[in-house]
Amino acid sequence: MTTAPTWDGLLTTALLGTDRRALPADPAGREAPAALLDAAAVAAVQRRAGLRPGRAGTRPEPAPADTRPTLPPAAAHRLTLLLADRPGGGGGRRGSTPDLTELLPQWLAVANAHGYAAPPQSVPALLDAARARTDLRPAALEFAGARALWLARLNPDWRFAQRSASGNASALPGTEDEEGVRRLWREGLFAERVALLTALRARTPADARELLAETWTQERAEDRLMFLDSLRAGLSADDEPFLEQALGDRSRNVRATAAELLSTLPCSALAARMAQRAATCVALDHTGSTAAIVVEAPAACDPEMERDGVTARPPAGRGERSWWLGQLVEAAPLETWPDRLGGRTPEQIVALPVTDDWQGELHAAWCRAAVRQRDARWARALLGSPSAPEAGGPGAVSLADRAKLLAALEADERAAWVAGFIAGHGLSEAFQLLGVCALPWTAPLGRAVVDALDIAREAGSYPWSFSGVMGLAERCLDPAETARLDSLLAVPDEREDASPGAGGYWAEAFQRLATTLRLRAAMVRELAPDGPA
Amino acid sequence: MTQQGVRRTAEQVLDLAPDASSRKAGSKLGVAGPWSGAGSGREGAVWGLCKGSGSKPYQTVVDLSDPAGPAYKCSCPSRKFPCKHALGLLLLWAGDEGEVPESEAVPDWAEQWLAGRRGRAETRKTQTAAGSAADPEAARKRAERRDQRVTAGATELERRLADLLRDGLASAERAGYGLWEETAARMVDAQAPGLASRVRELGAIPASGTGWPARLLEECALLHLLDQGWLHRDLLPDALTATVRTRLGLPTSADGPPVRDHWQVLAQYDTADAKLTTRRIWVHGADSGRTRLLLSFGAAGRAPELSLPVGLSLDADLSDYPGAGQIRATLGERHAPAAPAASRPPGTTTVRALTSYGEALREDPWLDSVPVTLDAVIPVPEDTSGSWHLADAESDTALPLTRSFLARPGLWRLVALAGGAPLTVFGECGHRGFTPLTAWAEGTAAPVSLC
Repeated sequence: MTTAPTWDGLLTTALLGTDRRALPADPAGREAPAALLDAAAVAAVQRRAGLRPGRAGTRPEPAPADTRPTLPPAAAHRLTLLLADRPGGGGGRRGSTPDLTELLPQWLAVANAHGYAAPPQSVPALLDAARARTDLRPAALEFAGARALWLARLNPDWRFAQRSASGNASALPGTEDEEGVRRLWREGLFAERVALLTALRARTPADARELLAETWTQERAEDRLMFLDSLRAGLSADDEPFLEQALGDRSRNVRATAAELLSTLPCSALAARMAQRAATCVALDHTGSTAAIVVEAPAACDPEMERDGVTARPPAGRGERSWWLGQLVEAAPLETWPDRLGGRTPEQIVALPVTDDWQGELHAAWCRAAVRQRDARWARALLGSPSAPEAGGPGAVSLADRAKLLAALEADERAAWVAGFIAGHGLSEAFQLLGVCALPWTAPLGRAVVDALDIAREAGSYPWSFSGVMGLAERCLDPAETARLDSLLAVPDEREDASPGAGGYWAEAFQRLATTLRLRAAMVRELAPDGPA
Repeated sequence: MTQQGVRRTAEQVLDLAPDASSRKAGSKLGVAGPWSGAGSGREGAVWGLCKGSGSKPYQTVVDLSDPAGPAYKCSCPSRKFPCKHALGLLLLWAGDEGEVPESEAVPDWAEQWLAGRRGRAETRKTQTAAGSAADPEAARKRAERRDQRVTAGATELERRLADLLRDGLASAERAGYGLWEETAARMVDAQAPGLASRVRELGAIPASGTGWPARLLEECALLHLLDQGWLHRDLLPDALTATVRTRLGLPTSADGPPVRDHWQVLAQYDTADAKLTTRRIWVHGADSGRTRLLLSFGAAGRAPELSLPVGLSLDADLSDYPGAGQIRATLGERHAPAAPAASRPPGTTTVRALTSYGEALREDPWLDSVPVTLDAVIPVPEDTSGSWHLADAESDTALPLTRSFLARPGLWRLVALAGGAPLTVFGECGHRGFTPLTAWAEGTAAPVSLC
């Protein structure tokens, strides 16, 4: 027997074909292709049977241990279900089944509040979910913990996780490390310096201001603007000298921001100057039978006003005098007005008639002032009664302004106002206002929404006109309210004036709402440390 | 059979779903909202009424008492099997929120179907006992005719392989897929589905990247070996003949003696083509130390009937299929309800894993992989290529992971579960590399499925 040809020899012959490249004559008399295949079969099985393991590469550093408690089993199963339900697939009508992806944020918030560790095998799915939805990132990354950062280093798809974590305050030098702070401030990248200033401001506001003052004149204009903005947190009268000096800055944007910050300090010199200017423009008029406000807009914008942050040139389409007036009133402390207008309360002032169509301009400026100064009394007065007829119409205060004013109120009062608004005006305008209410909705607010939905159903329209509010209700309604929905779950008899089939769709929408609420209640129960196993 | 024995976890229920969209739809229905009148019986039946879009709720009932797997009945029009309502009902029951109370009173509509099923099961048992060999002479003739067709098919395939080698493999790249499709169709006509599927795989090799000529030559040579095995089967030992018959895809039946053991379910996964879903379930006998493969098939769109949740242990009989080196078996009588397995299977090293594959090739040279549990291995990335290895914690040897596994989400579940520390991994080890199927993290008995 001749020596067996090598695998490489067999392969070359096979590639070219036995007609072109002959094998050594076969002693057994087989045809060339058969002999080649026989030899290759032996070689293939030999190769497979002789396989040996390779050498291992560099092993990854072990992930840091997660010392948080593990999830209760029922909650771990729920997480699997929530993560299995990815958005994108199965478009179209949702029917009466809940939208699980919308529940993941809530589940994560509760799990994080209990301080559970994520099951390691769920971390990839959590990272994928966080990659798809930016709003989920902070909660998902907190829950996924150190293992997520460890994993993100191995997969470029998850690089965002490392980025999100780099602004972490733990990487910054401590306050006691004065040398470290100064070095980072002098040599750090812009993002690092902003993070340092923000962190320092949160701990000792004065240190942050002094650090910034040291290098202030050498900073670029856009950097000065960003640094100045980080003084917004922890603002106090101590900051006034620094801000006064910034009013003389070369950059207009820096001057405007400094002026805005000063105007939120009611005792500042700037606030006093603005109060004086604004007061000369707004006065009480006793000539008529009832008291009224008379407005005399400023005739000019002098350099002192400009230095205090008033923009001289109005945007296109606005008169310059009313533009200046708006800026003066917005920046003046609201305490100015009761004294100026005969000792009246904010409610009484808002109720006063305003001569010559100045009411819109004046009230809008007060709204901005109330939002800027976070003044609950003025916000309340400007919002007025939620059920007043003009509150629903295109009144003096727009919906967007009202949403901002609501933010100046305490959570309960905010909810009560929105509840009153919905009871008076229905849901068509309420979406934006509901967005500023705290979670879960208070009982009166929840009831107002459910009642308004019921009224909308009675009116015979289709539920998808209210899908935005429905979606909010699924996420925000207190699960304790589920029982109140029971009477709405049945399909009512079709009325003649109703849209065809609307009753069935409403029942479906309410079923979905009730199911979602039950699911949320179950989720929270499962996450309780001594909850059902 | 008690309730606790058959109660499944949410993941195990979701494994029953025929496809991803059913899984999603089912998980949405696994809450109390749409359900009414739900209950479960002692014998492993679960029922409930599900509110759908119509006025009449759907009647859904599941029978879990059959050892062959759960059976479903629902009045909905869906052609999926199980439908989303059955999945939702099982999820609700798995959730154990008290929404599906144990009840003696089975509603009439459910009882009718359950009684009908049990009646049919009895009849089937007696029929099987009565014997199936109606006409042994006719059966022998049928088998003979089939053998002749397979012989004709194998001969033709040999001729085509010879032609290919005469012209050179380089021509295969130019010929494209059509040539192989046509040859595969001829093998289907020859009633040799095993040959047909191997031929179809040959067609994909020229497009599989660098090194394809070597892979194509190997596969052609092994196909040639199989043809020759069939054509010279009178010279082979009986066990090897049985192996050749199995590899050709000829019908065989599990005629081995039943082996009773505590069979731990190690992995379950489905592969699907246009016509058929194949479910593979790996089980490991705690006493016998054997690892066996159970197969179950479903037509397209239907989940295969047999479903065994990973992590359970079955006290049951298994019968082997014939053939040297064959590890397929069939599930016989179950002696007790399934219970969670208390431990993980014993593991080995990467060196021994490859040795066991080499040894298995002695009995079945066509074998692509063997089931192996690796103990104390760490997933390690290759620096640049994006591939991964499983490295022994105690030495510097490592097995590459198969290329197909690298594209699956299971890879990252495995890496995340390990966190750089050693774990136990069960999978298939062969000439293409190692395909992980299930993993156990250090210090836990709970398996994490990777497929």
